[in-house]
Amino acid sequence: MADLRSDFVGIKSPNPFWLASAPPTDKEYNVRRAFQAGWGGVVWKTLGAEGPPIVNVNGPRYGVVHGADRRVLGLNNIELITDRPLEVNLREMKAVKRDWPDRALVASIMVPCEEEAWRAILPKVEETGADGIELNFGCPHGMSERGMGSAVGQVPEYIEMVARWCKQYTRMPVIVKLTPNITDIRKPAEAARRGGADAVSLINTINSITSVDLDAMCPEPTIDGKGSHGGYCGPAVKPIALSMVSEIARAEATRGMPISGIGGITTWRDAAEFMALGCGNVQVCTAAMTYGFKIVAEMTAGLSHWMDEKGYAQTSDFVGRAVPNVTDWQYLNLNYVTKARIDQDACIKCGRCYAACEDTSHQAIAMSPERVFTVKDEECVACNLCIDVCPVEDCITMVEMRPGETDPRTGKVVEEEYANWTTHPNNPGAVAAE
Amino acid sequence: MTDTLTPGIATGRLSEERVAANFADLHRPLDLHEAAVAADRCYFCHDAPCIAACPTEIDIPLFIRQIATGQPEAAAETILAQNIFGGMCARVCPTEDLCEGACVREAAEGKPVEIGRLQRHATDALMARQGHPFTRAPATGKRVAVVGAGPAGLACAHRLATKGHEVVVYDAKDKPGGLNEFGIAAYKSTDDFAAREVEWLLEIGGITLERGRSLGHGLSLDALRQKFDAVFLGLGLGGVNALSADGAGKDGVMDAVGFIAALRQADDLTALPVGRNVVVIGGGMTAIDVAVQSKLLGAENVTIAYRRDRDRMGASKYEQDLAASKGVRIVCNAMPVAIHGNGAAAEIELEYTADNGTGLTGTGERMRLPADQVFRAIGQTLTLEAGLHLERGKIVVEKAGRTSMDGVWAGGDCTNRGDDLTVTAVAQGRDAAEDIHAALSRSDA
Repeated sequence: MADLRSDFVGIKSPNPFWLASAPPTDKEYNVRRAFQAGWGGVVWKTLGAEGPPIVNVNGPRYGVVHGADRRVLGLNNIELITDRPLEVNLREMKAVKRDWPDRALVASIMVPCEEEAWRAILPKVEETGADGIELNFGCPHGMSERGMGSAVGQVPEYIEMVARWCKQYTRMPVIVKLTPNITDIRKPAEAARRGGADAVSLINTINSITSVDLDAMCPEPTIDGKGSHGGYCGPAVKPIALSMVSEIARAEATRGMPISGIGGITTWRDAAEFMALGCGNVQVCTAAMTYGFKIVAEMTAGLSHWMDEKGYAQTSDFVGRAVPNVTDWQYLNLNYVTKARIDQDACIKCGRCYAACEDTSHQAIAMSPERVFTVKDEECVACNLCIDVCPVEDCITMVEMRPGETDPRTGKVVEEEYANWTTHPNNPGAVAAE
Repeated sequence: MTDTLTPGIATGRLSEERVAANFADLHRPLDLHEAAVAADRCYFCHDAPCIAACPTEIDIPLFIRQIATGQPEAAAETILAQNIFGGMCARVCPTEDLCEGACVREAAEGKPVEIGRLQRHATDALMARQGHPFTRAPATGKRVAVVGAGPAGLACAHRLATKGHEVVVYDAKDKPGGLNEFGIAAYKSTDDFAAREVEWLLEIGGITLERGRSLGHGLSLDALRQKFDAVFLGLGLGGVNALSADGAGKDGVMDAVGFIAALRQADDLTALPVGRNVVVIGGGMTAIDVAVQSKLLGAENVTIAYRRDRDRMGASKYEQDLAASKGVRIVCNAMPVAIHGNGAAAEIELEYTADNGTGLTGTGERMRLPADQVFRAIGQTLTLEAGLHLERGKIVVEKAGRTSMDGVWAGGDCTNRGDDLTVTAVAQGRDAAEDIHAALSRSDA
């Protein structure tokens, strides 16, 4: 039985699945239910400075992108940080942590970029017994208009400055939550490291308008005839998140920095992928908002089952395992040649591969009057589009050509040696092979 | 008080509520969400097999995609542009043998996209919300006679009307619609759909309906040819084949077609008499329709006797299963030899058959079934003497419905290209209209 226990920058939890700082973690009631359901930890909904509480809109806060059968592919939200008084949140955090000492409880914090503001709130958070803090430099809506959230996360100097204050004024581990609404995700991560932060977590939500009401001519969600961009999350953002995580995991300046992965994690497999790309643990929100807290039961059981199958005793056995295989395009092996193959027994003759290839790719699939579809090796560039659009799993596969065989498309013999663009004769900047 | 056990042929075997429930929609309409989910299953195949399998060649993937994107009315226009009876065809087509049978998901999972129900979803939406979607071209001054107001005739008339021609439709009955109105099973055309559809179709304008007029009865083909620029015959099959068995003239032996017509026109189904023990002779759709509906009216025992193997039955597998699910017994390889009874039928004597390669012969083994009502569902014949070239009793037509006579086109069941399907009749009526239009346009030049 695999050991799912997690130690993330000294914060221990019985499994690596935390609920991200978001609506599901706004109250003691929800968090207790989450722990009962089996979540390893929570990052409490973002706390603001003492004073009059935040005000939220009183109309819809969420927009949605649906897939087939109203499956939630993406949510966006315009909800702000907690709208409950600071002291109420702190009191509840303390009570929960007291009753659930084995679970991770991390406080998310967003106060103005002033040293005094951070110095004031940190001891109060520490007093709750929280295991760590997460600096919310990510929210792209509302709070950013007030110079907080992603407005800070987009300026590496501010990140570094605030991280340093936090390390100075608290003994708790400091996690910096990054916004994806930036050109190069490595820069804020580097700044966090320079400021002494223990870890980064990413991604926060992405600037988005999910849809436009064509009758009202207004973005959704619509508040009295107007709409505002919100933060996008859910399964649709996972590929963006994976890429950003991998950038930080493999960059020279940030390599080895602990990462808490966030972005559309819905299943054990999603979690395993983030962890393979270097995340020590993961945080979940949209899946819980869609299906409820019970979804963690599938995640923990699935991850454990998969780890047993693969012989991983603990999560550290596979965390980061895929990082060495993330590379730049220029280093991909140009001597690796494959061809699409269609399994005629599995083919249901829908012709989608043909339409895709004939209309939008390389005219490499032939169609007979009897609707038999075959690959023309002399045209196939192995782009994979036919496989992507085929409704039948494993009906079309890519078959690797062996060294010594002649590629009928190029007329060239497939070479055994690895060769990439940096040495390719067509590359004006190529360095001669030694 | 009668019930299912009342002997002989009787009315009111079931309560009004029970009959109403029995004759409700065979397939409930899809609601919006169900339609979205069903539409999402379509793969939008290249050169889709379902289109090729549809006699009217409706662009099925396109209309399903239009439903999926929230525009059922636009989907309906795609359907109706090819098949003006798209609403009825959605209800009566043997989709399992046509579009849905060809669906790649049928091959993949045995669960095709629900094309028929989606088509109904779209056409219902359009008919409910929008009125008639087509307009007429400027008047051409040409006049076309259409004989028969069934699917073939009205499809032809509608297409001609859109081209700007004046059309006069003659029909023997007092109500248009043909088999849509008088023939198909009631649970496939609920809420007077056939009549409503014809009314909606005629909204195109330019079509005059002459009721109670048929060839040979005050109407001659020669006169029509003289009076009109073209003639289209969509007569259907008016005659019913006779039963060659002893006692075939006894009371209680009747035409399935006539019974179904009476059922379709009945205001109160509980007032329609039906036997306790019903035997249907035949193996086509009509046999199934009369058998199932007899059962639904409250007959205790309903048996279909078909003289050949089950796989030779004209009724689709789906229809056979439907009959079985309603409690109809299907006896194959059995032919009627005699109907016994004192004046009225009481028993039918069947003989088992064998195919010896040259034809069916009786094996000598016989059985008797109680039968107070025997339905003949053994095919219909053309009743027409008009000098047209016939073959096996049907009007011989070329593609596009041209007959042996200049200026005369024909389509639907009365022709040698008919196949007892509404959708085929519609396709032939439509294609003949296009050919007539082309011919009339040429004669102008």
